Amino acid sequence: MSSGETLASLDYSILQQCMHCGLCLPTCPTYDATKNEQHSPRGRISLMRAIADGRLAPTRGFGEEMSYCLGCLACETACPAGVDYAHLFETARADGERAGVLDHPLRRIVRGLTLKFLFTHPRCLRMAGRLLWLYQASGLQKLARVLGLPRLLPNRLRELEALTPIILAKFSHQLIAPVENPKEKRRYRVGLLTGCVQDLVFADINRDTADVLLANGCEVVTPPVQPCCGSLHAHNGDPETAAGMARRMIDLFNPASFDAIVTNAAGCGSHLKNYGRLLDGDPVYANRAREWDRKVKDIQEWLVEIGFRTPKGVIRERVTYHEACHLCHGQKITRQPREILRSIPGLELVELPESTWCCGSAGVYNLTQPETAMALQKRKVGHIFSTQARVVATSNPGCHLQISIGLARRQADVRVDQPVSLLARAYRLEKD
Amino acid sequence: MAFPGNLTAALRAGCAGLEVRDQPEELIPYSFDGTAVLQQLPAAVVFAKSTQEVVSVLRWSALNKVPVVTRGSGTGLSGGSVPVPGGIVLCLSKMDKILEVDAANLTLRAESGALTATISGAAEKAGLFYPPDPGSMKISTIGGNVAENSGGLRGLKYGVTRDYVMGLEVVLSGGEVIWTGNKCVKDVAGYTLRDLFIGSEGTLGVITQVLLKLIPPPAARKTMLAVYDDMEKAAHTVSAIIAAKIIPCTLEFLDRVTIRCVEDYAKIGLPRDAEAILLMETDGHPAAVEMEAAAMEKIARENGARSLKTAAHAAEAASLATARRSAFSALARVAPTTILEDATVPRNCLPEMIGFIQEVGKKHRLKIGTFGHMGDGNLHPTFLTDEKNRDEMHRVEAAMQEIFHRAVELGGTITGEHGVGLAKKKFLEGAVGRENVAIMRRIKLALDPHGLLNPGKIFDLSS
Ligand SMILES: Cc1cc2nc3c(=O)[nH]c(=O)nc-3n(C[C@H](O)[C@H](O)[C@H](O)COP(=O)(O)OP(=O)(O)OC[C@H]3O[C@@H](n4cnc5c(N)ncnc54)[C@H](O)[C@@H]3O)c2cc1C
Repeated sequence: MSSGETLASLDYSILQQCMHCGLCLPTCPTYDATKNEQHSPRGRISLMRAIADGRLAPTRGFGEEMSYCLGCLACETACPAGVDYAHLFETARADGERAGVLDHPLRRIVRGLTLKFLFTHPRCLRMAGRLLWLYQASGLQKLARVLGLPRLLPNRLRELEALTPIILAKFSHQLIAPVENPKEKRRYRVGLLTGCVQDLVFADINRDTADVLLANGCEVVTPPVQPCCGSLHAHNGDPETAAGMARRMIDLFNPASFDAIVTNAAGCGSHLKNYGRLLDGDPVYANRAREWDRKVKDIQEWLVEIGFRTPKGVIRERVTYHEACHLCHGQKITRQPREILRSIPGLELVELPESTWCCGSAGVYNLTQPETAMALQKRKVGHIFSTQARVVATSNPGCHLQISIGLARRQADVRVDQPVSLLARAYRLEKD
Repeated sequence: MAFPGNLTAALRAGCAGLEVRDQPEELIPYSFDGTAVLQQLPAAVVFAKSTQEVVSVLRWSALNKVPVVTRGSGTGLSGGSVPVPGGIVLCLSKMDKILEVDAANLTLRAESGALTATISGAAEKAGLFYPPDPGSMKISTIGGNVAENSGGLRGLKYGVTRDYVMGLEVVLSGGEVIWTGNKCVKDVAGYTLRDLFIGSEGTLGVITQVLLKLIPPPAARKTMLAVYDDMEKAAHTVSAIIAAKIIPCTLEFLDRVTIRCVEDYAKIGLPRDAEAILLMETDGHPAAVEMEAAAMEKIARENGARSLKTAAHAAEAASLATARRSAFSALARVAPTTILEDATVPRNCLPEMIGFIQEVGKKHRLKIGTFGHMGDGNLHPTFLTDEKNRDEMHRVEAAMQEIFHRAVELGGTITGEHGVGLAKKKFLEGAVGRENVAIMRRIKLALDPHGLLNPGKIFDLSS
């Protein structure tokens, strides 16, 4: 979606691509939960088409429907007709925002603070993260919880408080030098995207990613301050800001000077590969954006593409793999993470039932639609138990958090990890 | 006829506890089914959760003379569940439970909104087999399958939905509930009313429960893919296999346009340069499977197959079948509007019918992708067009008419499995004759005197 595009101005054939056969319905978590077509991809597309035709105005009901959609894109995988649901969905959410159908003073403040401020100012985001870390590390959070203070909060905020992830003591730039070189001969030059949530909560996984790249002959370039990729904005109806973030990103990482620009967060990756569409028609950036799209690689995709080295370190563990929606549906990457996990000596990979079914994280969905998110989380955790695995591997910070919380709720002795981290560990074990 | 006063308020008052929806965002998603172009907003959508709720809806409908269109999953391809003006949609998607698997009598009982795939899975779990497998099986409901008497990929050997229906619970117009049929293998007590409701497209009653026959699964199966440089050679192969007294489980066909679309989607290595492929499957006792497979391979080669490949394992066979099931939807990649036909002919006429479809396409300058259940003589020529192009739509209309006409001339029919609905209504009399339609009208009036159940589908009450 180039920014500024609306359902009415969209190329109509994108809407017509849906021939309403219904094959998407059984793969849609919200249809599965409600058995109501309104909450299905086919139903949602019919609403978008009605808006494009002028048969329906963007109503509050429409806005709510678009916010109820997880954006998991399971429908895209199921669709034989090749409907570009992601494009339609982002355009529809933007239409809803422009019409202000969900407008509410509190919502405006929250959106302003997060989308327009925190997630456009990486330094401030880190500052906020640091404050949260202080609150947690100093024991204040524990104390507050023991005193039952969260109970004084309104319902929604109390739920949020329980969801706050543990912030790490060090962020990515404190763990990764701006340029790091492999010990052996340099084969590739790679830019490393450190992400937002990944940077605050999983900076260690960014370090693992750099290590794995170094172990495979990649020079790793990691600018210490990186803007948000804009996926949060694009998925939440703010394409203009998303386009601005994309331009900043392209300025920071000139795609021409890298063999690949690597991300380890599936949600970001699925958006990052679409800068071309977002900046289509931008006289200065359009060409570079297309080159950017070609260079962006999910870490696992890149490792398999360059023929990563099989590790010798042994990890004796039963592992199952949850597929992040924006990896398997958004980027169609399913084989590579499994290949990486299977390459680790001693590691037993057991398939997870419904591995491609959304865990309910879906960006900020667990904040905006807590009930549905919770039901999906429960379903996922149930399947994880059925595999009797001790580790769930997944490649997206949102899923990582969502599943960790779900497992903690059931006091399960199961750990969440990411495939690159397991690979990094297997490489490290070689030295012991 | 417009309802006097507030329809949904009256409906809510008349049917306590019923889920009623009437907002534009709630109605638009129920204004169409799987059929191209047809569209009509309903006055309300209601979701029944029990037979009792269906009863209350049909009582209310009779009292207030408001028409009811029953809907399963809305994957129908003849407009059967497209709403009628001023009518309500009665959606059964929430009545989706499997009620009983009786391994002693080899039967399964389910609510009518249960998905075909769920039923087939439940049978499999009990070590049994429910053969009908329409392309839409992952989402179609068993009620919809019964109401359309749907076929599938295994129709050739195992028959269609009708062959597995042992009993039905039906709510009649006005709210009366009947059971017809039972678990007996034989039963000749009176008319077999059950059969009347099979294929009735929601015009005679609302099916709320289905009792199905299950069979033991075949011990072995073998799946093969034959590739051709000429469509008619594929058709000759099918005729020759049947003439050789072999009844394989599956003989499915895709033409060049369809092969390419399916391959774009499924990416399983189908030959993009072929003019046609035949997906062939035999199942049964391992020795019989070996023999049949060898014979089919020989016949395919004799009839000009360029190459022949056997699926190495069950997963490969399943991916071929899944790819075939996606054919219709995948064709939508080519053009904005896909209009699918369902002409069926006696199997010895297949080569002729295929040739005729090609000719018609050329004559009217239309792009047609053809696939189908070739072993059943059931072809799905699909027009790849654009509903906004009026001139082309006229040519589609003309071509359709010629294809139907020819099919009937050859002793065939206008629809093998998708039903008449709205889409083929005007061709019905030409296909079955005036007298037959007159009898259908009398049956309809006997069961639904006020014409409230899916009115205007299959035929109009007044000729
Ligand atoms: C991709 C695709 C592939 C398909 N492949 C096949 C195939 O291989 N073979 C085949 O035969 N068909 C096929 N179809 C057509 C369609 O799926 C079948 O007709 C199916 O049985 C419809 O089921 P449904 O639940 O969607 O019914 P709907 O479309 O909702 O309804 C179909 C008709 O049945 C009536 N009806 C539904 N439920 C009931 C009930 N409980 N009581 C009374 N009347 C009811 C409706 O009023 C309507 O007239 C395909 C469709 C698609 C989109």
